[in-house]
Amino acid sequence: MAKVTLNVNGTDHTVDVPADQPLLWVLRDELKLVGTKFGCGMAQCGACTVHVNGSPVRSCSMPVSGAAGVKITTIEGLSQGGELTAVQKAWIDHDVPQCGYCQSGQIMSATALLRQNKNPSDADIDSYMQGNLCRCGTYVRIRAAIKSAAKALNGSAS
Amino acid sequence: MNSLPENEYYPDVLRAEVEKLQRQEAVAFGAGPVSRRGFMKATAAVGGGMVLAFGLLRNEEASAQGAPRRGGGGFGGPPAPLNPSVYIKIAPSGTITLYSKTPEIGQGMKTGNGVMLAEDLDANWDDVVVEQAPVDSGVYGNQFAGGSMSTGSNYNLMRQSGAAARAMLVSAAAKQWGVPASELTTSKSVVMHAASNRKASYGSLATAAAAMPVPAAADLKLKDKKDWTLMGTRVTGVDNLQLVTGQPLFGMDIQLPNMKVAVFQKCPAVGGKVSKANVEEIRKLPGVVDAFIVEGTGKPTEVMPGVAIVADNTWSAFAAKKKLKIDWDESIASKDSWTAFSKQAMETAKKGPGAQSLRSSGDFDAAFNGAAKKVEGYYAFNFISHQPMEPQTTTAWYQKDPAGDKLEIWGSVQIPDGARTSAANLVGVAPDRSVMHQNRVGGGFGRRLMNDYACEAAVISKQAGGIPVKLVWTREDDISHDFYRSGGFHDFKGALDKDGKLVGWSGHVISFSDGWAVGAPGGGEPTPAGGRGRGPQAVQGGGWPGAGDFPAEFTPNFRLTQSLMPLKIPCGPMRAPGNNTAAWLVQSFMHELSTAAGRDHAEFLIEVFGQKQPAPAGGGGFGGFGGFGGGGVNADRAIATIKTVVERAGWGKPLPKGHYHGLAFHYSHQGHFAEIAEVSVDAKKKVTLHKMTVVADIGPVVNLSAAENQVQGSVVEGLSTLGIEVNIENGRIKEQNFDTYKIARMPIAPVIDVHFLDTDYNPTGCGEPAYPPAIPAITNAIYAATKERIRTLPITRLGYSIA
Repeated sequence: MAKVTLNVNGTDHTVDVPADQPLLWVLRDELKLVGTKFGCGMAQCGACTVHVNGSPVRSCSMPVSGAAGVKITTIEGLSQGGELTAVQKAWIDHDVPQCGYCQSGQIMSATALLRQNKNPSDADIDSYMQGNLCRCGTYVRIRAAIKSAAKALNGSAS
Repeated sequence: MNSLPENEYYPDVLRAEVEKLQRQEAVAFGAGPVSRRGFMKATAAVGGGMVLAFGLLRNEEASAQGAPRRGGGGFGGPPAPLNPSVYIKIAPSGTITLYSKTPEIGQGMKTGNGVMLAEDLDANWDDVVVEQAPVDSGVYGNQFAGGSMSTGSNYNLMRQSGAAARAMLVSAAAKQWGVPASELTTSKSVVMHAASNRKASYGSLATAAAAMPVPAAADLKLKDKKDWTLMGTRVTGVDNLQLVTGQPLFGMDIQLPNMKVAVFQKCPAVGGKVSKANVEEIRKLPGVVDAFIVEGTGKPTEVMPGVAIVADNTWSAFAAKKKLKIDWDESIASKDSWTAFSKQAMETAKKGPGAQSLRSSGDFDAAFNGAAKKVEGYYAFNFISHQPMEPQTTTAWYQKDPAGDKLEIWGSVQIPDGARTSAANLVGVAPDRSVMHQNRVGGGFGRRLMNDYACEAAVISKQAGGIPVKLVWTREDDISHDFYRSGGFHDFKGALDKDGKLVGWSGHVISFSDGWAVGAPGGGEPTPAGGRGRGPQAVQGGGWPGAGDFPAEFTPNFRLTQSLMPLKIPCGPMRAPGNNTAAWLVQSFMHELSTAAGRDHAEFLIEVFGQKQPAPAGGGGFGGFGGFGGGGVNADRAIATIKTVVERAGWGKPLPKGHYHGLAFHYSHQGHFAEIAEVSVDAKKKVTLHKMTVVADIGPVVNLSAAENQVQGSVVEGLSTLGIEVNIENGRIKEQNFDTYKIARMPIAPVIDVHFLDTDYNPTGCGEPAYPPAIPAITNAIYAATKERIRTLPITRLGYSIA
């Protein structure tokens, strides 16, 4: 067991768990932040995507010991002050989800994409988002929602 | 309507649920005693101390008020009184809570039921909150998600319930104002009297409205389509805000005080039993609370033998599972092998038609011998697995109780009442001492029509001493212990006359029977459950969906036969079961015929639909799940969708260089779907689907956004199906996770044009029927591009890849 202090969504939490326990299960079972999903356990599906210092990481494959001293953001911490982000709004406007189980991970990846590429093309989106599986096949809506969110973000910046 | 075909591999719980649907009105709204359990829970959960006005009326009270019996529920059955109060609650504050009785599995019914209720209630959608209704068959009748039936079976019930509540609100206003109800109108949760310029909100009228008699369905006028304000529009999902902010909704998200997490290891070859396991060693591992052998019932739909580990948290349970050492007794376990099946099937096909006749009309042999052109094709498709994104999970709490032991379950299921009763039965809990909570389902696709994981959770909770346990399957568990979409084989012969017209069709279904069943071909072995005695019938999804299905009724000389090989690996319904392979087979071979005839495929297909034959003596078998709830294909509707898709996609017109079209039509689940794929194939056999044009006739569309979403998903799944397979050898599944089971990723998703014909046929659901024709539309386009006929799925076996 190891005591690890994690900064999740701006708050420090100290947990006492095996050092090799993946961040995913610390978030879900210890911190009760269940918006981050378990899908495959081997970084193949992206349902467990969180941000570590702003970059997308598959939390099912990241040992908690490596998460000390970094800033972790989960789907629950994405919106600030009760205001949805442009990506979250676009997801609702485009009615993206079917079952919705993968969508936390999709939104975390899409948010990270738009941080580094303000105007992604279809090819940029496809390439960046291909680590996130959607068994329901909502990909065409995810593409459209990312473009809407990009437009909204660029509009608010100018 | 048709009942579930006898020769399908359905668990009894699904059969029971469909029977409830058939008696829907009688069960849900009959005058008999109604359980208050579910409804009490709903009001407690949502009310939170708020004064409830409208929505307190119960069945008994409705009956006591002499509420007339309702009729015209869409599925026949005796008329029964409407009871809008179990679906609609209006608080004095104006908040309108609507209860959706259908499990939400990604098909959009939670929103869809809400939209149907709100339309004829004339509610302002901004006032509406939709909640999952309690699981209570006494109040709600059938509560299952499957067969694309939820829209059709709830359509009249939801709309009439909304209209009844609206009429009660109008009556209350009429009484209050002393004016005739006929002078009142409603709009956006407000009752209005134009003559006196008076208005009252639904909230202000709710208390008085609750005391009004429930009107008879026959006295209600549902809104004309032209007056719809919600139905037919795009309504975003009612759970979307919670989804995009990561709120707990799913079965996997359940957290209870003192809850433990369980994992369960079964034999990788179905039918294996535990000889020996290192449970003593496992119990000593960190975080592990208990580990034990579960004997099981020997039925894959219930509990197969295995080892359960109960731990403080998921990771401890997963880590301990990796340290399990189990010796399996595989004496009667599956030895199934795809390689062996493939060899046997080809030999069977070479011997001619199958011994079992499914349908015969005219004289196929004579037509074939006299044909101007003869066409033959042998097709093979491998098994595939459901793999919803949320692995199987259920939380169960078995409790000893002097008043009778209790069971409470939370889970992501498609048949909640079936899960409840099956699980309760296995742990010896009386039906009225068990409660089921329906969670949002992280993907259904038919997998969760089976309740094996719910049964396992209940048994583990009991065996662990009566503690609340969340059972979590790993992805590897989910792919190794599925009820697979059956693989199979099909041998075709077709006859064309001198004008290139279809005159003869012969199909030989080479599929699987239940290898555990006494009397199955090559079977007769004892089953782990003591023998179910199923006869020589195809496994679910392996048989032909309906012996009368297209093109049986449109071919003068038609023959359909079957040969079965015993299979022990369980199969089950997956999205448009039977149809998702039959469509590929029929529509591919139809294209082989039109190609051999040198004719335009659209014209050829329309011609076939125009040559309806008289029904053969003795009938042609059941209409199949494809025709479930409303008979077979309607040729006029089929032709209309084909003609429209041809127009929309620009069939026959020039395409970008290297792009080719493929066309397919399929009818299932009362949905008529014509689809055109635009495909290119490069020199390395890399297939790109650029665009899919889909034209559908599903009757009136309830929620356009949800319907389009289902179609888009179905097209992506169609493309996905070209590249996936689970390989069975020695009774085991080779593929274990998404690294080898490669479902479609974003880059392959095409442009998808979806168009619904504006028709007034009975509405049907969209979850299934768009999927089957997507597959042959693409493979027919691959043929157009390469001149290589795709007779094998997945196409990766032929050296293709999907870009």
